[in-house]
Amino acid sequence: MKLLQLPPVELRRQLAGPGIWLRTGPFSLRVRSRLDSVATGLGELYGQFEVRNPRETFADFHVSVDPQIKLRQALRPKANFSFDGVEPFDPEPLDQAYPMLERGLDWCVSEHAHQYLIIHAAAVEKNDQAVILPAPTDSGKSTLVAALVLSGWRLLSDELVLIDRKTGLIHPLPRPIRLKNESIPLIRAFHADAYFSGISRDTADGTIAYMRPPKESVRRQHEPAKPGWIIFPKWIADGELEVLPRSKQQTYQSLTQNAFNYSQLGTEGFRVCSALIKQTDCYDFQYSRLEEAVAVFDRLAASSVTTEQGN
Amino acid sequence: MRAPAELVSHVFRNPEAIQGFSMGDWDKLVRQARQADLLARLHALLIQAKLDAAIPAVARWHFESATTLADTQQGEMRRELRRLRALLAGLDFPLVLLKGAAYVAAELPASNGRLIEDIDLLVPAERLGDVESALEHADWQEVDLPGYDRSYYRRWRYDAPQLQHLRRAMVINLHHAIVPDSARYRPEANKLRRRAIEIPRFAGLRVLTSEDRILLAATLLFHDDGLSHGLRDLSDLDLLLREAASETDFWPQLLARAEEMDLGRPLFYALRYAQHFFATPVPHEVRDHLRSVEPGSATLKLMDGIYTRMLAPAHRSCMDVFTPPARAATYLRTHWLRRPPRQLVPHLVYKAFISPYQREPNPA
Repeated sequence: MKLLQLPPVELRRQLAGPGIWLRTGPFSLRVRSRLDSVATGLGELYGQFEVRNPRETFADFHVSVDPQIKLRQALRPKANFSFDGVEPFDPEPLDQAYPMLERGLDWCVSEHAHQYLIIHAAAVEKNDQAVILPAPTDSGKSTLVAALVLSGWRLLSDELVLIDRKTGLIHPLPRPIRLKNESIPLIRAFHADAYFSGISRDTADGTIAYMRPPKESVRRQHEPAKPGWIIFPKWIADGELEVLPRSKQQTYQSLTQNAFNYSQLGTEGFRVCSALIKQTDCYDFQYSRLEEAVAVFDRLAASSVTTEQGN
Repeated sequence: MRAPAELVSHVFRNPEAIQGFSMGDWDKLVRQARQADLLARLHALLIQAKLDAAIPAVARWHFESATTLADTQQGEMRRELRRLRALLAGLDFPLVLLKGAAYVAAELPASNGRLIEDIDLLVPAERLGDVESALEHADWQEVDLPGYDRSYYRRWRYDAPQLQHLRRAMVINLHHAIVPDSARYRPEANKLRRRAIEIPRFAGLRVLTSEDRILLAATLLFHDDGLSHGLRDLSDLDLLLREAASETDFWPQLLARAEEMDLGRPLFYALRYAQHFFATPVPHEVRDHLRSVEPGSATLKLMDGIYTRMLAPAHRSCMDVFTPPARAATYLRTHWLRRPPRQLVPHLVYKAFISPYQREPNPA
């Protein structure tokens, strides 16, 4: 059963009570919250995801976002994220409860799921070839990803790329795409289908909003994808479009810096990273206009088809 | 004793029980074991008992991932110990490893699935400065503490503040004593160091003898005010005891050493709760012998009520209405054991009423 099939009243009842059982990519969640903003965010962004009967007993991560019960906070209540009793973050103002849930889910995965090499990056796929986009801050990674998935690319992940240690394939985790400030109107203007929710103003990053993942990407969330390229995007206002090959050694360095659990995996981290770089082409990519950027990616995807047919 | 709604130690006592587990039981087991830092050790136990195939597919990665982490941490630990040995080779006294680092270096069963991020080193009090400065030259830096805690540490605590490596995620705790001079039960650090033995694989580094290792673990467990890893530490003790029991004359030597260092009472409690949670085999003669240090029956009842709760995983599903008072009682008791009221009262007043309202740097 999909989350959108639950009547809103029932969704709220489960969230406030036993918690809602929800599957995202390879992980099952049980989410609890008495906050209306969290119910609305989940209802609007996770409609296509699988939910089960609340009596379903096993879940990988038991999380909650609730108003903090503390005397000192009585006048200005704050939201608190908890992973089964562990509270990894400082409480945030109540209107940031939804972003806190998303951040908390990222934390749960990156702290525990060492069956994957977890890279701080986005990933999209077309014609059976995936592009990994590692994410230095303000690189415009999520904006580009939003434009790509609105142009027919499959969303694999916006924030955490899961490389299966055994197969080297990317395991999808197509959760909502997080956009900031001017990216939000930019993507709204880019495509009429872009749908946003979980909007918070006045966060440390300014205004943030989440874009709903495409239905097709969620439907295929259990289909792993083969990494074909690693591309480091950089948005530059009025800059020239530029695609430059990047050395494997440089890419290796950036990957290990962007991996959440490289050091936790020891020599295995080295092996998985090396294998990943061996099978991918690496580029630095600079752009200013989304339409042009998408066209470059489309040509890349088309070239991989021609090469394969040529072989 | 009260049977806790707690599955972790239940599985350690009866590994076969997992064959009858419902998915709800697995959910509870994974969550409790994660809270107790015992997922990897439980995994090792199930593999040893050839029961790991009974772990359901959806729960399996939690165990395997914890094992990956424990293996990596232990590899890092061995590398760090080799660096440390080279770094401190010029000092004219042996370095003694305590707790987790010792279990890993000496490859004891207590290192099975042990998560470990700290190195505990015991050094002579008068040489503390030498060790500190040698480490500081090699990029180890003292961990920053708020002003009060810092002066408190220096004055009353038994160890120097921790040193953190500038680039590696590794921490060294330098101890010159086991517990503060003011403490009721006080194993003398010099006595322990004098008997310490070389580790074949790490010449230059030493570990305590089995008796001393066990007495130390027992003393520390009952001086620990938060017991955040209580069950894990008790499980270490269980594994240490099971291994040492195969040595000839282990039990008489343990009892003699406990008497010599006046540590009969902590040993009594350690054995009592190890038996309760892990069904650790303890010979009748040993139990009879320890009757002389047993507390009165009212005290014992109270201690049972407190420690069976405090040593359980700190997970909601293991708690009842008596858990909060048990926690408060442990805090008071451990501080009571560490120092006389003249020192204790001002400290607790500071911790309760002053430090919560001071701004502290974010741990981030």
